[in-house]
Amino acid sequence: MPTTYEPIATTTLGSNAASITFSSISSTYTDIVVVGRMVAASGGSNNVRMRFNGDSNTNYSLTWLYGDGSSAGSFRNTSINGITMSYPNSSNGINPEFIVHVQNYSNSTTYKTALVRNSWAGTNGAASAQVGLWRSTSAINEISFHTTNTDLGAGMTITLYGIKAA
Amino acid sequence: MATTYEAIATVTVGSGGAASIEFTSIPQTYTDLLVKYSLRDNVTSGGASNNATISFNGSSANGTSRELYGNGATAASASLTNAKVDYHSSANATANTFGSAELYIPNYTSSNNKSSSSDGVSETNATTALMAMNANLWSQTAAITSLSLAPSGGSWVQYSSATLYGIKNS
Repeated sequence: MPTTYEPIATTTLGSNAASITFSSISSTYTDIVVVGRMVAASGGSNNVRMRFNGDSNTNYSLTWLYGDGSSAGSFRNTSINGITMSYPNSSNGINPEFIVHVQNYSNSTTYKTALVRNSWAGTNGAASAQVGLWRSTSAINEISFHTTNTDLGAGMTITLYGIKAA
Repeated sequence: MATTYEAIATVTVGSGGAASIEFTSIPQTYTDLLVKYSLRDNVTSGGASNNATISFNGSSANGTSRELYGNGATAASASLTNAKVDYHSSANATANTFGSAELYIPNYTSSNNKSSSSDGVSETNATTALMAMNANLWSQTAAITSLSLAPSGGSWVQYSSATLYGIKNS
């Protein structure tokens, strides 16, 4: 039985940082899975966004479905500078956990879609799912995470896995 | 390259049914746990769907969840207590139909409160059927060494099954 689910890299921040980047991602897998836990360096409004190949232009769109324990809703962003993952906030203990699937990430003919599942439980908790689109046909060889306000916080951890179809 | 996605154990309910599905003596050598399950209970009251109750280390205390769900007609959200998580099929669902779900538990050996996410459906051949996503919190700090899935009432019927996987990040 070949090994088809392999860890590529893990990053855990020892101190606050502006971003986390996984570069030189091998093109030998079929799909990529990213698992992590978000931490913000401080409170306040703060989005964590995922970008591919360092593209910080507004080439991404997003559809979001969420439930916060009392209501359900959906919204959409077009032409944003990354796929919004969630909203960590250190002042109220929101540290969302997430799983992202990026299928067929290394093809060079289609735009790339990411399926995001994230949750944060307890007070102010919510469950959500997103689908994000990167309008580029480039093969993905770099995945990075950024915030729209404060730094990423110490303790934030992300693991990248590669999945082979055979 | 080490194998990082390993099946630890599978439980399939036999002909007599079972009050719960248990995984004990879970190795502490993985980074995350994943449980995939196919469940149906024998409860005849109520609708075609019920919540499952999950216990860690023999306790369902301090288990809460935020749930996003839809039934094919509407979507809504709820807060759950008593360690209830996503849906499975009940005795009122179409015969031979089992709900399917998966539960992902990151960092299960840590000394922090344990959060997890789950996705589940309670399929039945009817006008509506439930699917849900849950953000779960188990406010206890002990490393998880055992895990139990129980119906909110009654018992699991024959052929209900669950598999526990361990995932390593290195």
